[in-house]
Amino acid sequence: MQWETVIGLEVHVQLATRSKIFSGASTAFGAEPNRQASAVDLGLPGTLPVLNEQAVAMAVQFGLGINAEIAETSVFDRKNYFYADLPKGYQTSQMYHPIVGSGEVEITLDNDVTRRIGIHHAHLEEDAGKSLHESFSDETGREMTGIDLNRAGTPLLEIVSEPDMRSAKEASAYLRAIHAIVTYLGISDGNMAEGSMRCDVNVSVRPKGQATFGTRAEIKNVNSFRFVEQAIAFEAERQIELIEDGGEVVQETRLFDPDRHETRSMRTKEEANDYRYFPCPDLLPVVLDQAYIDRLRDTLPELPAAKRARFEGELGLSAYDAGVIASSRAMADYFEEAMHVCGDAKQAANWVQGELSAALKREHLDVAQSPVTARQLGELIARVKDATVSGKAAKQVFQALWDGQGQSADDIIDAKGLKQVTDTGAIDKMIDEVIASSPKQVAQYVEAEPDKRGKMIGYFVGQVMKASRGTANPQQVNQRLTEKLDARR
Amino acid sequence: MSDHTADPFAPTVTSLAAALKRGDVSSRELATDCLKRIERAEPALNSFISVTAEQALAAADAADRARADGRAGFLTGVPLAFKDIFCTRDVKTSCGSKMLDNFIAPYSATAVQKLDAAGCVSLGKTNMDEFAMGSSNESSYYGAVKNPWDLTAVPGGSSGGSAAAVAAGLVPATLGTDTGGSIRQPAAFCGITGLKPTYGRISRYGIIAYASSLDQAGPMARTAEDCAHLLGAIAGHDPRDSTSAPHAVPDYAAELDAPLTGLKIGLPREYFGDGLDPAAAHAVNEAVKVYESLGATVRDVSLPHTRYATSAYYVIAPAEASSNLARFDGVRFGHRCDSPEDLIDLYKRSRAEGFGEEVKRRILIGTHTLSEGFFDAYYIKAQKVRRLIRQDFLDAFDQVDVLMGPTSPTPAFDLGAQKDPVSMYLQDIYTIAVNLAGIPGISVPAGFSGARPVGLQILGAHFSEARLLNVAHRFQQATDWHRQRPAFAKEIV
Repeated sequence: MQWETVIGLEVHVQLATRSKIFSGASTAFGAEPNRQASAVDLGLPGTLPVLNEQAVAMAVQFGLGINAEIAETSVFDRKNYFYADLPKGYQTSQMYHPIVGSGEVEITLDNDVTRRIGIHHAHLEEDAGKSLHESFSDETGREMTGIDLNRAGTPLLEIVSEPDMRSAKEASAYLRAIHAIVTYLGISDGNMAEGSMRCDVNVSVRPKGQATFGTRAEIKNVNSFRFVEQAIAFEAERQIELIEDGGEVVQETRLFDPDRHETRSMRTKEEANDYRYFPCPDLLPVVLDQAYIDRLRDTLPELPAAKRARFEGELGLSAYDAGVIASSRAMADYFEEAMHVCGDAKQAANWVQGELSAALKREHLDVAQSPVTARQLGELIARVKDATVSGKAAKQVFQALWDGQGQSADDIIDAKGLKQVTDTGAIDKMIDEVIASSPKQVAQYVEAEPDKRGKMIGYFVGQVMKASRGTANPQQVNQRLTEKLDARR
Repeated sequence: MSDHTADPFAPTVTSLAAALKRGDVSSRELATDCLKRIERAEPALNSFISVTAEQALAAADAADRARADGRAGFLTGVPLAFKDIFCTRDVKTSCGSKMLDNFIAPYSATAVQKLDAAGCVSLGKTNMDEFAMGSSNESSYYGAVKNPWDLTAVPGGSSGGSAAAVAAGLVPATLGTDTGGSIRQPAAFCGITGLKPTYGRISRYGIIAYASSLDQAGPMARTAEDCAHLLGAIAGHDPRDSTSAPHAVPDYAAELDAPLTGLKIGLPREYFGDGLDPAAAHAVNEAVKVYESLGATVRDVSLPHTRYATSAYYVIAPAEASSNLARFDGVRFGHRCDSPEDLIDLYKRSRAEGFGEEVKRRILIGTHTLSEGFFDAYYIKAQKVRRLIRQDFLDAFDQVDVLMGPTSPTPAFDLGAQKDPVSMYLQDIYTIAVNLAGIPGISVPAGFSGARPVGLQILGAHFSEARLLNVAHRFQQATDWHRQRPAFAKEIV
């Protein structure tokens, strides 16, 4: 039987507000445990939440970014359950009236096919603290759990997709698209390693062609693009095998184990909490007027999908290059600056996708940390275009810039003497020397059939380039060599 | 203290403020006098959970210095006390519960801060029903409070300690809170004046939540005039409480003497039904005659959804309470059981040991009514009823300026007399709807049923506190029910 996998994602995005969603405590990552937990975050009696307007603005920006309806009135609800790192015994969230209604994002797959994935809604909520299970014990040596409430009250935007994805690849492409949008908007740093983006994955399978959905399992806290793909692949396989063996999928929450590449049951529907949602009486409904929404709309930057379309349509980049460069705002900004400096979109794209990306990857750096600035790269490309340096020498210049050996491409070209030789006399001289010192090869060339000579000329070009330490203009060398050798026949 | 106040047995905020201003007495003398009274009264009354003598004397000295420096305001140096539900920095705030017997907040409630800033001197924290859940003050972990008018009677609740302390003359005023009648009913039972302001008029920040959409702090004192001074000091928007009202705070004291000519009084016929004590009904009728003599007109009105108020309240309040009290889990503060086996054991035993019976009952009710499958039938339905009740009041205030009726169907009952929770809940039938609607209400002494006081409740539209205080004050100018003192108050002076 042919099976179809149905996937929906719930992505928790930590918003980059300075303070928490309901208190004035800082949201900075990495502080000593419990140093960034105020009386409100600790849930001390009598304290009350006050909504952070910056979090509201960021949620609205996201909603506008996915063309969603922004709720005129949204309401915070309490999700009640007990856990040691949940200080109030409830999480303040938005169950019934979320701030962002339905919208959609465009994803691009490896074969450059684009698809639209529906977003059911997105809502604001507060994060819980962290339970630290290692290295805590009481006086008697008994193991204990430590509670760090620094994260408690950090604003989250939970983005709930429709069950629109049909493969692990689509799911990770969707996650990348969300990542690109929130980082473009500057509403999150998108740092998955620090937990700024976390993902729950809903997976079900059904025979191809069946209209109704199968029973789904929810996989909690899958926190990298790669893990999302792995978890889905494993889970879909597990469900298919289960059904084919005559079993039934049960609705449950599962955990992904990244070390063993498998998912394990955490709790079944019967064991699930009854969260007893009800409107939080400590917070007023959030009422937004159109003027406020319009003001935020005016501040929106160009988003990834629009940028990709412009790169492809107006700048003539390949669909692949446009997609990759536009997927990160930092990369796109870098590319555009380099392009403006050198005046050549395709060359700029080639360099960004080629040398720059390889160097960044090699040293595990983000584009924002690149030692070579966009302006420096743009100037270097300009020197290739005006034939000051050869493409090959330019790579040396790039490496020197990367290593901090000079302030600009021109400095390095001068210092290293990499200026391309285009003087015909100088090139002829080098050619004559090579011809004089290679009588055997010259003889072979002259005797060869004309259609074989094209290949044979490569040897002579190589020798001349070597002699010039890469500074000779290769087109010129090629042309003059051909003339000179052909004249010997 | 007989030299400097009209009533040595139970002076008022206004008379003490005047005496302080004249220099007849120092704040330290007043605080010392209050401490003596408390010391003599407490063995019998049990109206305080914490008496903060040291801090009180230091605050009194600071107030005296402020006065000497010409920095004194109207309330500077006036002694008072707070219901033990108001968080007070560095002083235990128990909320009447074993759960918080060890809790000292690192902050003060906004209302406390405002009175501190005004120079008031706190004598301590008054007894209350556990987590403000009760109508008799019998659910306190710290024991029942006695009614100064009759030590075999309850003082009412949940602000029972606050009411008893004022009635006994231990302090001229206290702050209480009112979620379903917790200021007004004990005020009525103890023969004092208690104001529950409009929901949102006073910040809830630092007041331990029972039912957040209903809770409201308010002054409890001898007179409406005193309540006006206190309300003026504590009302207003607080950026730390999103539900506090942005409305400007009027000068309540300035409007006290406005004439009542043309005042339209409505008598809700639902407030004079079966089960109303005849003496309480008589007191209200007599009070209405006083108002007629002051130029008011009276008519019958109807609040047709009144009979659903208690049911709606006992869905909404426990629902919110079940969530508000979830934070008392033994993890970060409050009572923690000995040697928990694991997290679940920690929760179960800490909460089982820390909470009393009535609190557990309401947590269970609230947890049930919010549960999947019951939420719509209970919580959503109760919210609809709540809107209808609010509309009843809005309709009534289209016709009349204020509503009047009894505060409670009976005078104070005997300690231990109410065994059944539901009959206890029905004590609040005239006060509960007011919280559901969010409107202000005041209870003023209006007579006696036997030896026990009964109260007249006056209700107004949202943010009509100035009018309510004016209406109550004019009554107190024309009557002397509020000047009656229990024998107990005289015995301890």
